[in-house]
Amino acid sequence: MNGFGVLSLVTFFPLLGALLIATQNREAKNNARWIALYTTLFTLGVALYIWAHFDKSNAGFQFIEEAAWLGGSINYKMGVDGISVLFVVLTAFLMPLCIIASWESIENRVKEYLIAFLVLETLMLGVFCALDLVLFYLFFEGGLIPMFLIIGVWGGERRVYASFKFFLYTLLGSVLMLLALMAMYWHAGTTDIPTLLTHKFPGGMQWWLWLAFFASFSVKLPMWPMHTWLPDAHVEAPTAGSVILAGILLKMGGYGFLRFSLPMFPLASQELAPLVFALSIVAIIYTSLVALAQEDVKKLIAYSSVAHMGFVTMGIFSFTVQGVDGAIFQMLSHGLVSAALFLCVGVVYDRMHTRSIDAYGGLVNRMPLYAAVFMVFTLANVGLPGTSGFIGEFLSLIGAFKASTWVAFLATFGVVLSAAYALYLYRRMMFGPIEKPSLRTIADLDYREVFVFTPLVLLVVLFGFYPSPLLDVTAVSVKKLVSGYEAAIQAAQALNVR
Amino acid sequence: MDQLVAYWPLFPELLLAVGAMVLLMIGAFRPERENTAEAIGWLAILILLMAGWLLTQQPPGVHRLFDGAFVVDDFARFMKVLTLIASGGALILSFDYLRQTRTLKFEYPVLVLLASAGMLMMISANDLIALYLGLELQSLALYVMAAIRRDDVRSSEAGLKYFVLGALSSGMLLYGASLIYGFTGSTSFQAIATAAGQAGAGQNLGLIIGLVFLLVGLAFKISAVPFHMWTPDVYEGAPTPVTAFFSAGPKVAAMALLMRVTLAGFAGTKPQWQQVITALAIASMLLGAFAAIGQNNIKRLLAYSAIGNIGYALIGLAAGSPEGARGVVIYLVIYVAMTLGAFGVVLAMRRGQTMTEDIEELSGLAQNNLALATLLAVLLFSLAGIPPLAGFFAKFYVFLAAVREGLWPLAIIGVLASVVGAYYYVRIVKIMFFDQARERFAAIQPKTGLVMALAGLYVLLYVVWPAPLVEAAGTAVKSLF
Repeated sequence: MNGFGVLSLVTFFPLLGALLIATQNREAKNNARWIALYTTLFTLGVALYIWAHFDKSNAGFQFIEEAAWLGGSINYKMGVDGISVLFVVLTAFLMPLCIIASWESIENRVKEYLIAFLVLETLMLGVFCALDLVLFYLFFEGGLIPMFLIIGVWGGERRVYASFKFFLYTLLGSVLMLLALMAMYWHAGTTDIPTLLTHKFPGGMQWWLWLAFFASFSVKLPMWPMHTWLPDAHVEAPTAGSVILAGILLKMGGYGFLRFSLPMFPLASQELAPLVFALSIVAIIYTSLVALAQEDVKKLIAYSSVAHMGFVTMGIFSFTVQGVDGAIFQMLSHGLVSAALFLCVGVVYDRMHTRSIDAYGGLVNRMPLYAAVFMVFTLANVGLPGTSGFIGEFLSLIGAFKASTWVAFLATFGVVLSAAYALYLYRRMMFGPIEKPSLRTIADLDYREVFVFTPLVLLVVLFGFYPSPLLDVTAVSVKKLVSGYEAAIQAAQALNVR
Repeated sequence: MDQLVAYWPLFPELLLAVGAMVLLMIGAFRPERENTAEAIGWLAILILLMAGWLLTQQPPGVHRLFDGAFVVDDFARFMKVLTLIASGGALILSFDYLRQTRTLKFEYPVLVLLASAGMLMMISANDLIALYLGLELQSLALYVMAAIRRDDVRSSEAGLKYFVLGALSSGMLLYGASLIYGFTGSTSFQAIATAAGQAGAGQNLGLIIGLVFLLVGLAFKISAVPFHMWTPDVYEGAPTPVTAFFSAGPKVAAMALLMRVTLAGFAGTKPQWQQVITALAIASMLLGAFAAIGQNNIKRLLAYSAIGNIGYALIGLAAGSPEGARGVVIYLVIYVAMTLGAFGVVLAMRRGQTMTEDIEELSGLAQNNLALATLLAVLLFSLAGIPPLAGFFAKFYVFLAAVREGLWPLAIIGVLASVVGAYYYVRIVKIMFFDQARERFAAIQPKTGLVMALAGLYVLLYVVWPAPLVEAAGTAVKSLF
């Protein structure tokens, strides 16, 4: 029990901002916006402090805080390791951008909108910091409420359908995890995650627990065929909502696999890896093909997210250091790239109020700056060397190649297909002459938008050439994760041989 | 004098009964005016508070009276305080409403006191006779309360329906009690426990049939499926504050009684009643979840929600372990808070002098009255069991117990039903937040607002400091095992 610390600060500070906004007058929209921006910037500052003071040579959990909570050895416990710390930073980084991006596009019920976002930030940061299963579940599931409201209140035409689908799908996946969590509690006597990581669950039990966790994370990630909520939710959500969905919420699924499924249920992970590989390959190839056929920009990016998440699951379940490193890197990179792509769509959507690809064309003539920015992110999405997208895909493919040549072989088609749909989208929106009369007066990026895109462009290129700031942080923890997994498998095999 | 002192564990009940008589006299001999009725109402709340205070002053430990027919232990004290809070809260909710509808009569607080006395008796009952006495005292008061708006057809219908079906269930309960008496030779729970604990008691058909009838009678009171038929009609027909009262205190008392009968009285035949409780739980959860989807009247919807909630609470009882009992107690505490808050919102659905009960009338509430909409949203998400709200912890503890006992089918059906249930709760959130705004509701009355705000804050902030309730519930249920 060593009280509260910097992780509680980073997690709950946004909540304070939300409370402050709640006291503001409804008409003082700019007050609310500035409070939200300062809150998120401060949170980012704390997150960067955590990153800077993170000990990269330590594979265990750091910044640990613990306080009595529910009793019965279910405690309030927070901490980060190399796997989670970067997600904390990513969340804190994307939030201010979301606030700025919504500055002018959201005029209706601004106060409530910002409160919902700040509450959501607290819950997302909590997911990555929680070191107690019940606490983790609390944050993981609690995020449904603000996201449901964000899609439903500020979304597009079919927002009601999309918000319900999002809510019920994710809830259905999670409740089974809740039961698994309880079974783990009774078996291990605690929900403390570091203890559970060293606890050995019997093989048969692992199988069921793995499936229950899989039900939750595969919906969240999402994996094919549980992905159908995602295109709807992405399309209908407001721009910033899509950014958070693609940037952070999807990563919770991958994070869950890394934090729970792999280290806690290694035997089941090994047995069920072929299933994950099969679903990943289908996700990579099939959803890429689906993306090719989309007429709606946001839907196309949504399907491309599903495909990219296929690389993540493939990397994780290759059980190799490169694969897992690649999966984490891919998640971080995708967090930046897909967020940026949705922001790009937001830019033209704010001007034209349509997401249909056909409504655009020849934008490069009027918006050269925008076209350049979009190009960077399109290429990063394709995984061009020199962008962050390449490192993640390449490492996960190496990992998969070690595990199974066929899986890597098939996944490579996904890289080609992603180039096809991304460049096809780019050509249709940007090139050619301007034919639509409504596009003749469209304006290029303004200062606010430039301000949003500059850090994203810089980071995507920087990490493409120089990925070690990220890989160094994850390296030791990933090594521990993989060696722990291998040790568990060998121990099980030794038992079988005898 | 010494004899009187020996009855001190009974003082809270005595206070309620005597207080009810005194208030009745005051009411009868004072000229009929609304202020009189309201003053009597506040006196009744004072009496409830004093009874609660007396309960907290009782020293810990088990006290028995009347040859063991009346028992006061930690469990009884805990549940009694909860019942009194529920009754008091419901009474505070009723003032404004009854005043508006010109039905604020002095009999109403008196009936609340009598019903509360009955509920306290039920909680302490340790004998079949005492059980029946408490149950009937409570039920008769409730029948009258349901029909308190005697010139309103729906209210009278609700009262009559409740009475007829209630009488039927009392009959079944009595039949069961007589069978149990016949096969064990005693009405005392302790003697029954000894008889039920003997080898082969599970094959004693008379005893088991008696037990089943007894359970049926009690299942009616907690409105567990398939004995729930009266609930939607009575909830809809009775005046809203009365419905709020029905859904809080009496449910707690009947559940406490059910727990004492099963866990303490029939501990020996656990495998037998476990089947019954499991069946009741599954049926209640499923019906509560599916039947509520089509409801457009918020009171009917809350009736089905109550049915579903009782189903979840029964999961803990089905586990039959101390953890399970603890789960039930925690569930009831949080359930009372959620229910009172939700009915407070129903009472706030008022335009001018007309009350509305149609869910569609909540449309766009978030744009007119964000505070009220947020409050109801918090309560609904909590009822749906979404963390970090209190309702999640309520479900958490009952499921935790079920998982420990390995009741997987029950637990899995339970969580799946909760997803279905989430749909209809969230549907109301959708109506409030996503739809077009309608005309504003009238300003919320301060008393209703107070109860709602307290309930809402409790549900919202429970997560910050959950341990005390868990520990208190854990201590309370120890006296049942």
